[in-house]
Amino acid sequence: MTNHWVDIKNADVVLIMGGNAAEAHPCGFKWVTEAKAHNKARLVVVDPRFTRSAAMADYYAPIRAGSDIAFLGGVINYLLANDKIQKEYVKAYTNATFLVADTFKFEDGLFSGYNAERRSYDQSQWAYQKDKDGYAMVDETMQDPRCVYQLMKAHYARYTPEMVGKVCGTPVEQFRKVCEFIASTSTPDRTMTVMYALGWTQHSTGSQMIRTAAMMQLLLGNIGVPGGGMNALRGHSNIQGLTDLGLLSNLLPGYLTLPVEREQNYEEYIKARALKPLRPNQMSYWQNYPKFHVSLMKAWFGNAATKENNWAFDYLPKLDKGYDILQAFELMHQGKMNGYICQGFNPLASFPNKKKIGESLAKLKFLVTIDPLNTETAEFWKNFGPYNDVDASKIQTEVFRLPSTCFAEEEGSLTNSGRWLQWHWKAADAPGEALGDAEIIAGLFTRIRAMYAKDGGAYPDPILSVTWPYKQPLAPSAEELAMEFNGRALTELTDPKDPTKVIVPAGQQLASFAFLRDDGSTSCGCWIYSGAWTQAGNQMARRDNSDPWGIGQTLNWAWAWPVNRRILYNRASADPAGKPWNAKRKLVFWNGKSWGGSDVPDMRLDAAPDQNVGPFIMTSEGVAKLYVPSGMADGPLPEHYEPFESPLPVNPVTPNNPKAFSNPAARVFKDDLEAFGKPKDFPYAATTYRLTEHFHYWTKHAELNAITQPQQFVEISEELAKEKGVKAGDKVRVKSNRGEVVMVAVVTKRIPVLDCGGTKVHTVGIPNHWGFVGATRQGYLANTLTPFVGDANTQTPEYKAFIVSLEKA
Amino acid sequence: MSSLQSLDITRRSATTTPSPQVRNTVDVAKLIDVSKCIGCKACQVACSEWNDLRDEIGFNVGVYDNPADLTAKSWTVMRFTEYVEQDGRLEWLIRKDGCMHCADPGCLKACPAPGAIVQYSNGIVDFVEEHCIGCGSCITGCPFNIPRIDKKDNKAYKCTLCSDRVAVGLEPACVKTCPTGAITFGSKEDMHVHAAERIVDLKERGYKTAGLYDPPGVGGTHVMYVLKHADKPEIYHGLPNDPSISPLVSVWKGALKPLALLAMGFTALFGFFHYVKVGPNDADADAADETHPDSSAGPR
Repeated sequence: MTNHWVDIKNADVVLIMGGNAAEAHPCGFKWVTEAKAHNKARLVVVDPRFTRSAAMADYYAPIRAGSDIAFLGGVINYLLANDKIQKEYVKAYTNATFLVADTFKFEDGLFSGYNAERRSYDQSQWAYQKDKDGYAMVDETMQDPRCVYQLMKAHYARYTPEMVGKVCGTPVEQFRKVCEFIASTSTPDRTMTVMYALGWTQHSTGSQMIRTAAMMQLLLGNIGVPGGGMNALRGHSNIQGLTDLGLLSNLLPGYLTLPVEREQNYEEYIKARALKPLRPNQMSYWQNYPKFHVSLMKAWFGNAATKENNWAFDYLPKLDKGYDILQAFELMHQGKMNGYICQGFNPLASFPNKKKIGESLAKLKFLVTIDPLNTETAEFWKNFGPYNDVDASKIQTEVFRLPSTCFAEEEGSLTNSGRWLQWHWKAADAPGEALGDAEIIAGLFTRIRAMYAKDGGAYPDPILSVTWPYKQPLAPSAEELAMEFNGRALTELTDPKDPTKVIVPAGQQLASFAFLRDDGSTSCGCWIYSGAWTQAGNQMARRDNSDPWGIGQTLNWAWAWPVNRRILYNRASADPAGKPWNAKRKLVFWNGKSWGGSDVPDMRLDAAPDQNVGPFIMTSEGVAKLYVPSGMADGPLPEHYEPFESPLPVNPVTPNNPKAFSNPAARVFKDDLEAFGKPKDFPYAATTYRLTEHFHYWTKHAELNAITQPQQFVEISEELAKEKGVKAGDKVRVKSNRGEVVMVAVVTKRIPVLDCGGTKVHTVGIPNHWGFVGATRQGYLANTLTPFVGDANTQTPEYKAFIVSLEKA
Repeated sequence: MSSLQSLDITRRSATTTPSPQVRNTVDVAKLIDVSKCIGCKACQVACSEWNDLRDEIGFNVGVYDNPADLTAKSWTVMRFTEYVEQDGRLEWLIRKDGCMHCADPGCLKACPAPGAIVQYSNGIVDFVEEHCIGCGSCITGCPFNIPRIDKKDNKAYKCTLCSDRVAVGLEPACVKTCPTGAITFGSKEDMHVHAAERIVDLKERGYKTAGLYDPPGVGGTHVMYVLKHADKPEIYHGLPNDPSISPLVSVWKGALKPLALLAMGFTALFGFFHYVKVGPNDADADAADETHPDSSAGPR
């Protein structure tokens, strides 16, 4: 979230799209009911199904699963064509004025620089025009045909309401009505919040869907303001913490990145990340990358990280390719990965194409599962009739099950969607032999380290040099880990302006990442978490909910990264002169001497407005990027591509270019390409999702949850049911090219039948909570059906749009 | 909420002795704002947890409603209705169903067992199962089809409005757990004020017939609904338009009462012989518990 849960109450319009907050985030959804009850907010829901969120909406419009870029592209076209943008904001705070080099082209669904064989782009062709000093050139009038504003306008002119109707199946009138709600927030006194979740993330074009919505919000001036923002609703408790701490395969803590294979040289590694400003006076905050990186290496390797060895740069792996989970299972399937430690993860249930996952696990020598509950993954080798039809005698994988604790059986911090780190305390001892995850990992680590120490190995240095300063080496405490993430001064820190002045004595906890140094004098395990446990103690444990400004900015409740800032880019809540756009909802403003207000300013405190320091301090432009000159694998401007399995014969936007049917830059493994189905065999659009009554594959173990939704079902329209002779409560067989499941049919008016330019599209809705272990009635894993392909940028699987057939069972 | 604390009984089934009148108590009410309810069923779960209830793990019968109906072990359930408005717009109406706690309770009037149904001075209508004879008259008396008789102990059960919690100044468990604030609790007067605010908001959103459901036919209720379509309560899964106590109950209260009392006498006598022959009922219940692991006999 750029903003936070409580702030939703400040919105004038709430758009829920690519998510179903009432269903999957019922507690957070209360802030929508607050906005409606006390701020007269209007709730607009766009979804392939009439969801629980839609039931609460002032307006609902249907959409075909996987067509959101076309819909949002249509909204952008509407805003630009009808001049419903906040022009002063767009001009000052986005790169709409930037000029793009002539090498950038867009033809028939493909951007310039495409290499079909490698399924990737040469992004250097998308760069800005630069002046002699290396700065990007701009046209303040936004008239130059090569400026981002004009390029964007031309790009989205193709997404007419009629085209939206053809691609999305949204009736033109309903689409227009949604546009009107959205456009009503283009004035400085009105804001819209966008609440989305995996309904956008889990597509082969997921990152670009989110980007399209962010562009829409920027055009409306809705980023950095109270009641606005792009708000990703995280679906697991602490999944935000997981990403913050870098548990994705290419990340280091705090969104630092691992080097790739060609980056063997430390200086080059840093240079590529410590980005110089692309415009005069901009902060380009990633220039501080070396401070964060060196402090991380000091936290990990202590005295073994020195200036002489480039802060132990050689200890870091250099990636030859991404090692996301799809890649890991592909390697397992090829027999190239033969051991797997599976911590808090149930891939057999949670990952696409269950058959491939099961086959992959069966090729392992060993599998370790670390989980408080039994999982399908831990029992993948066991026959459960039609639900898991395997021959245990043919599977040699040795499975170790290590029981771990549940959240209430341990203490620590949980990071919520709004980036708040909230400390929680242990409520009960764990049952039986269960241990906390830190204890389990510490046990594994210390044993492995002892083996390296005794027997050596190919490269024991990184393992042997890891700092392990915990009082109980086999049980690092949550407090110790939190303090390590926060960081401390290793030696006395003096004021850079006055070296005689000591600002932090050696050994003290740091107050924020502003104190980090790249000379080895500080250590910090996760720079964005610096400030969470200062010398004054545990800031995450604070529980003062006072709200002095009356807009839900409770700065003394817990602690938010970065530096307790609650709304990111909040400098943009004020106009270029530093005055709040909306006097009723003041966030930060310029008081003549410095920035201040109801939030921690996202700006150098003394940067007077006339210095023109842009509010998007993390970009080298200083402004937000409507056009992304590098960094997105699949193009600088979002473009609609069909899901890899689509019910349509062609991509209606580019019907004559088969190369632009699906995302041309998404990675597809060969065997998975063959496992995609065709609409003649699988004519219906399918999508998977959660229900309120359950949480993933966990709560099916809980009796009360099992009572409220005891048995697997599939949702279909009345029309499709009639066609198939199915009544509510009948069993139906749903097949994809990867497998089949049999479920009870819920026949409902809530599944719209769509007309996509003459092609009738039926949607089959598949909730995903059941499996073959737990207290509910046994069921099939919904991911028996889903395709093994991911987003071009994140490799998040495309669970939300694929094709199936359906018959009465 | 201390002024709401009371377990003074104002009415008691099949009883004529006067009720205590010394303490001043306030009428309470639970207000269910259907326009804020997302049907998450957290209230169902909270009800089961507080009241130590565990219903069967059932089946999906083709709808979201689970359990599919009220039972002796499910005192509240969500009722889901798909409703198409005249302009073609779909609405998914979700109503939390359960005892309405009528000011003039048909169940209590119909009940022949002394003290099996009581009404507290704060308005809550409660079943006192140890006095229940399982005759089912309360079901006849209820205009909302709420009480359910358990097959094992042959006693009637329904929502207590968490009378045990309210008595010590707590809100009912469903109110406490509701994530969206769709369920609120307080004095009936305050709930009327809150409902009026909500109705203004709904009318402003175009629901011209939004209103409060507090049906006069049963003297008003201590569970009330804010409805977007108050002119058509029946679209909310058959919420009665103008509920009233069945005429059968009046007949029972009049001419047939002596006969019925006689019947009760027989029942008591049968109970006595049953005791002599078989022993106390508790022994049966304990034996049954051993074979039904999900029956919950924990302390209240």
